[in-house]
Amino acid sequence: MTMAVNSVRSPSTGRRQASWGTPLTYALALAVAAVSIAPVIYVVIGGFRTTPQIVANPAGLPDPFVFDNYARVLTQSNFWQQAFNSAVIALGTTLAVVVLGLAAAFVLARYSFRGREGLYTFFTLGLLFPAGAAILPLYLMLRDLDLINSYYAVILPQVAFSLPLTIVILRPFLSAIPRELEDAAAIDGASRLGFLWRVAMPLSRPALVTVGVLAFVASWNSFLLPLLVLSDVNLHTLPLGVQNFSSQYTTDTAGVLAFTSLAMLPALLFFTLAEKQIVGGLQGAVKG
Amino acid sequence: MTSTNQIRMPAGGASASPAGPGGAGRASARRAETRRKWYEIIGLTTPAVIIYVMFVLVPMGFAVYYSLFRWRGVGPPTEFVGLRNYTLAFQDPIFLDALRNNAIIVFGSLLIQGPIALGVALLLNRRFRGRAVFRLLVFVPYVLAEVTVGIMWKLLLTGDGTVDALLRSLGLGGLVRPWLADLDLVIWTLLAVLTWKYVGFAIILLLAGLSNVPDELTEAAAIDGASWWQIQRHVTIPLLGPTIRIWMFLSMIGSLQIFDMIWVTSVPAVRSLGASATMATYMVDNGFFARLWGYGNAVAVILFAISFVAALLFQRFLLRRDIEGAITGRAK
Repeated sequence: MTMAVNSVRSPSTGRRQASWGTPLTYALALAVAAVSIAPVIYVVIGGFRTTPQIVANPAGLPDPFVFDNYARVLTQSNFWQQAFNSAVIALGTTLAVVVLGLAAAFVLARYSFRGREGLYTFFTLGLLFPAGAAILPLYLMLRDLDLINSYYAVILPQVAFSLPLTIVILRPFLSAIPRELEDAAAIDGASRLGFLWRVAMPLSRPALVTVGVLAFVASWNSFLLPLLVLSDVNLHTLPLGVQNFSSQYTTDTAGVLAFTSLAMLPALLFFTLAEKQIVGGLQGAVKG
Repeated sequence: MTSTNQIRMPAGGASASPAGPGGAGRASARRAETRRKWYEIIGLTTPAVIIYVMFVLVPMGFAVYYSLFRWRGVGPPTEFVGLRNYTLAFQDPIFLDALRNNAIIVFGSLLIQGPIALGVALLLNRRFRGRAVFRLLVFVPYVLAEVTVGIMWKLLLTGDGTVDALLRSLGLGGLVRPWLADLDLVIWTLLAVLTWKYVGFAIILLLAGLSNVPDELTEAAAIDGASWWQIQRHVTIPLLGPTIRIWMFLSMIGSLQIFDMIWVTSVPAVRSLGASATMATYMVDNGFFARLWGYGNAVAVILFAISFVAALLFQRFLLRRDIEGAITGRAK
């Protein structure tokens, strides 16, 4: 395996051209990819079969293809309502995490003041708190605040638990912006807040997208908190919907497969679009 | 945020300050500047601090308080029982099973996912056409909700499910098992599913770490005649140390609070016998659904304490150099 040696460095861009790998590389990569996505593909395809087909031959292909399961889920279940609830909660969480996290990380990165490192430690301590451990007292508190069965009951705690990681990822990005840029902005008449708005925010866009995507995916996928604080069926999110549907229609395997596939779709699409950004943003964070 | 009205004001430190260049004017301008700086610091950090204190720290404090009472969640807690909820937990065999299951998940995840992820990351770090597509496919399980993955694998594994049918068609019918119903097997089945789901996260992190390894180093080694494997072994992997330790840390904290997957895949009967219970499912079963709020909060505190001690030990002995500043508070 001499790939690293053979590849050529193209002088103009500094990037090496990709070459065709060895057959062994492809064989291994294909095997890994197959293990990762075969179960997912099985579920998506299974949604196009009927339950008797699945029972008769669990590993077969749809014959014929039926669209009824998907149509049924989309028209008769609460799928759209649940997708809407998930979207509101995930967007609300993401927006709040990014705005609050950016503001706090900006101060921790670009202001020198007494107690700065103390404040940073205070936030990073949150990395050590497993969100799950606080769920019971959180429920009691939200109940006393009369927030149970509202979007806020999910959004506010999710924002709080996402802040530590957001600040840890954003701070090095904001610190890395050269002092000269800040001075130049000051000479042009920008205050520190003008610098945040017009220089720091555009420059740290990759990191902002990363923390935004992480917060969005975490919120979109969350289960325990919504399970406890959203007892109203009309407020249920997709993960709750998947669980309800699967326990309600245990004998309708094809229907459950279709519902599960549809619930996976948004996260998959979203991640496909944002994958480069996530990996790029993490590079800054894992440098250590 | 209340400080937006200050955005357009000229920087106080610049000589164009309205007080002019005079000595007294400059001193008062500096004072005004200091005051404004503090307004900005407070204005920008307060919302984050409030929400963080209110929804992370305060609930943990209440958990400690409630855990000292026998309390059904109605009215204020009055029946103080001291540490009895804690002693009760450690005497309950199902809680001890939950502890054991959490230990299996923590160590199983580290020992199985680590080597797999390292191998796949090194493979996908090689430059070959179509690499981006493979990277994307490997991450798919990680992006899906744990609940969705759980339901999916439940369908594949229960009854005479697809996995069993597949084994039969491969002539391995003897391996067919009640994967999620066998009390001795269920936790290992779940560990396998968790591995499938979370190994992608380790791979993402390692690939991000690998992209920080300078090409010059590996090229220099290649010119010196090192083989691909020698380069990985002696140059690349040692440079991944910090990334590997951060992944271990995140994996450990995640494994300790695992809930969703266990909750949706394992039959409540299996879980309540302790075969697949974790601290988190035990806590929710007892605290929320059985309404033993005092007891549930004691379990929450134990879960928190174990995570906290594990994190501190890990940080003290392994992680210190990597995220200096992140947790110790010292700036890099």
